[in-house]
Amino acid sequence: MIELIKNPHIDFLGKKYIAFIVSGILSVIGVIAIVQIATGRANLGIDFAGGTAIQFKFEKPVALHNIRVAIESGGLKDFDLQDLPSENKILIRVKKADIKLGRISETIENILKEKMPDNKYVVDSTTEIGPKVGGRLRADAAKAVGVAILGILIYVAFRFQFKFGVGATIATFHDVLAVLGLFFIMGREINLILITALLTVAGYSLTDTVVVFDRIRENLKTRQRESVEAVMNMSINEVLSRTIITSMTVLLTSLALFFFGGEVLHDFSLAMIMGVIIGTYSSIFVASPVVLLWGGKRPFAKK
Amino acid sequence: MKKNILWRLSLIGITIVLAVIFFLPNTPGFQYMPEWWRQNMPNKGIVLGLDLQGGLHLVFEVEGDKAVEITTERYASRLKELLAKKKLTADATVSGLNITVSPSNPDIKKAIEDGFPTLAPVETGSKLVYRLSDKEAKRIKDTSADQALETIRNRIDQFGVSEPTIHRQGENEIVVQLPGVKDPKRAIDLIGKTAQLEFKIVDDEAKMAAELPQTISSGEEEKILEQFAGKIPENTEILFEKKINTETGVVRKIPIMVKKQAALTGDLLSDAKVNIDSRFSEPYVSISFNDAGAKTFEDVTAANVKKRMAIILDNTVYSAPVIQERIAGGNAQITGSFTMEEAKDLSIVLRAGALPAPMKMLQNVTVGPSLGRDSIEAGKMAGMIGTIAVVIFMIIYYRLSGVIADFALFLNIVLLLGAMASLNATLTMPGIAGIILAIGMAVDSNVLMFERMRDELRAGKTPRAAVDSGYHKAFWTIFDSHVTTLITAAVLFQFGTGPIKGFAVTLSLGVSINLFTALIGTKSVFDIINSKRELTKLSI
Repeated sequence: MIELIKNPHIDFLGKKYIAFIVSGILSVIGVIAIVQIATGRANLGIDFAGGTAIQFKFEKPVALHNIRVAIESGGLKDFDLQDLPSENKILIRVKKADIKLGRISETIENILKEKMPDNKYVVDSTTEIGPKVGGRLRADAAKAVGVAILGILIYVAFRFQFKFGVGATIATFHDVLAVLGLFFIMGREINLILITALLTVAGYSLTDTVVVFDRIRENLKTRQRESVEAVMNMSINEVLSRTIITSMTVLLTSLALFFFGGEVLHDFSLAMIMGVIIGTYSSIFVASPVVLLWGGKRPFAKK
Repeated sequence: MKKNILWRLSLIGITIVLAVIFFLPNTPGFQYMPEWWRQNMPNKGIVLGLDLQGGLHLVFEVEGDKAVEITTERYASRLKELLAKKKLTADATVSGLNITVSPSNPDIKKAIEDGFPTLAPVETGSKLVYRLSDKEAKRIKDTSADQALETIRNRIDQFGVSEPTIHRQGENEIVVQLPGVKDPKRAIDLIGKTAQLEFKIVDDEAKMAAELPQTISSGEEEKILEQFAGKIPENTEILFEKKINTETGVVRKIPIMVKKQAALTGDLLSDAKVNIDSRFSEPYVSISFNDAGAKTFEDVTAANVKKRMAIILDNTVYSAPVIQERIAGGNAQITGSFTMEEAKDLSIVLRAGALPAPMKMLQNVTVGPSLGRDSIEAGKMAGMIGTIAVVIFMIIYYRLSGVIADFALFLNIVLLLGAMASLNATLTMPGIAGIILAIGMAVDSNVLMFERMRDELRAGKTPRAAVDSGYHKAFWTIFDSHVTTLITAAVLFQFGTGPIKGFAVTLSLGVSINLFTALIGTKSVFDIINSKRELTKLSI
């Protein structure tokens, strides 16, 4: 039998204050990110901010600098460039939604034809989002995160007890905030795909929490004489290896997606990787301590 | 016990066979199947989303307010006709949504209110001001969206796209999905054009006309309009003719000053078709007017010989030829150095008719076919490597039991693909991510059970008892953890757009199938091994 950790006896709940400081910092960054997103100062994707994104695939290698100069001399000012040099691909993003859709992509294509006549290109993809749709997608995303968190709270409260529901929800929300905050700090784009990843992280990180809670419930019923904290510690230790292994298998596939899954899913898999790691941490260090601190009667006591 | 295993094994066997049958159309093997099979058995399989097969997803907003404005103008001219017929001298002017009639007297008021019950009075004192009643305005907005939908469907039918999806969304939005379109710009142009055809007389005599620049770059139109705003005569406007350099593809614009009032409009057309000029073998569109149109056209050409007439579609000048002589018969040509495709598209929009109101594009997501192909390849690669990594990990960590878990994993993949094919689900790029994540999660249930079995073995139970109680005790944990993932998948399905809906579908199918493979699949294998002889050691 290969075992990850043989018979662990780690005092997880004794370290709850250290964990709260770490998680507090992560969550505050997440909250700052949300405020910045709401006020439009974060690096929002085209789908949320509105605007135009065009990806070109050129025949011959192109220098980013040349494209920048060409577009600037064509009269366009406020744009971002990103390249994928291995495939001669250039992504141009213009975040200005108030101009009539179609106008900007036409202008850019015209400029490139005019200034680089000897390097032909094909348009890989064009995304144009008007301000109305951007606003709607933003509202939908916020609603989706809210509804998902509420659903989780209700389900866990129904299957366990209300305070377990609170613990699971706080741990899950913490994971979402942390990944969002890290993306914000790294200056990565906040877009619809990221929100999808965040909700997947929320659903998945809960798996670990449920595994821990399940064991706590079981042990609380059989070990009436020990303190709640001791039972929690023991339970977390007992399920430690399966918590880590289940995360590891998803981590393996997320890593495969990150390295081989192509450009479209790059940020998605990065968010999944972060989310799985943070989610495992939170199901050990956040969920149960929150239940413990919530206080009240001893849960699952015999009547 | 034995019967129970047999029953479960046949259930697994049947689901595998079904999955293979449903998924077959997505494999190259399908074309080698006999004819009757391809006709009568499932033949659609998993459908590729727009982001994978390439295509367009467009959302338009029909500007209903503009339709109301246009109708208001039509009402004003009918109102003038009515008053003239009743020999009442009055003038009617339109500003925005209001029709102002002067002078104000009871006869005129009565004539208007009897003749136009759908007009509501705004002011009836010293001035008579009317506007369309709220109910009528709402009806116009409603029907304009319906008409626009119908016109767009017409245009796309004539354009020829296989399996387009066109539907209304909300009050005034139209969603158009065109899979596999090779030339997205052409399609967008064709659909989004209002196709309001107008003929206007060019005002070359006005002093300001000479001051207009010869040509400008595309994008400088606003600058010119600002520069000349207020300086040109009140009854004229500046429009632009588009000139494309056929070699470089560079677009230049020529400003032209025309009379605001259209001499003739496209609603008087009876037909439009493409012809080829015999001398330059250049395509052009020949149009024919109906009787009323032919008469007006003749009058206008007679009155403006030697002047230029601009042929304008949606405020862009196509050409502005000089009128050589009076033209009778009701036929005209629209030239403008078209390519064959442009000429064809122009004839389509002219035949299908103008949209009742202009449309604003709210969203355009266009994916070229090569990006989709790259994405599928990358997805296959990531899926394969992810699967291999998980398979190896499980065997190293759980040995023989790991092999059983890997069997369940393959069962999971086969059933997931089969289930998607049976639903003709749409596979999108995030959907591929969903499948790959489902592979990672698929073994989780087995991990939970195996760890439980280890607990039981440590507690001194026999292998068979450990397997049984391991399953029982792990069941609710597995169930709970799956439901939480399903909750978020359901939320994603509800709020997500196309590609993300695809993700929600694959993820929730993957998780549900996982319950089946873990609880029926893996358990059966253990039971078979156990039923042969009582195991003394469990390889776990």
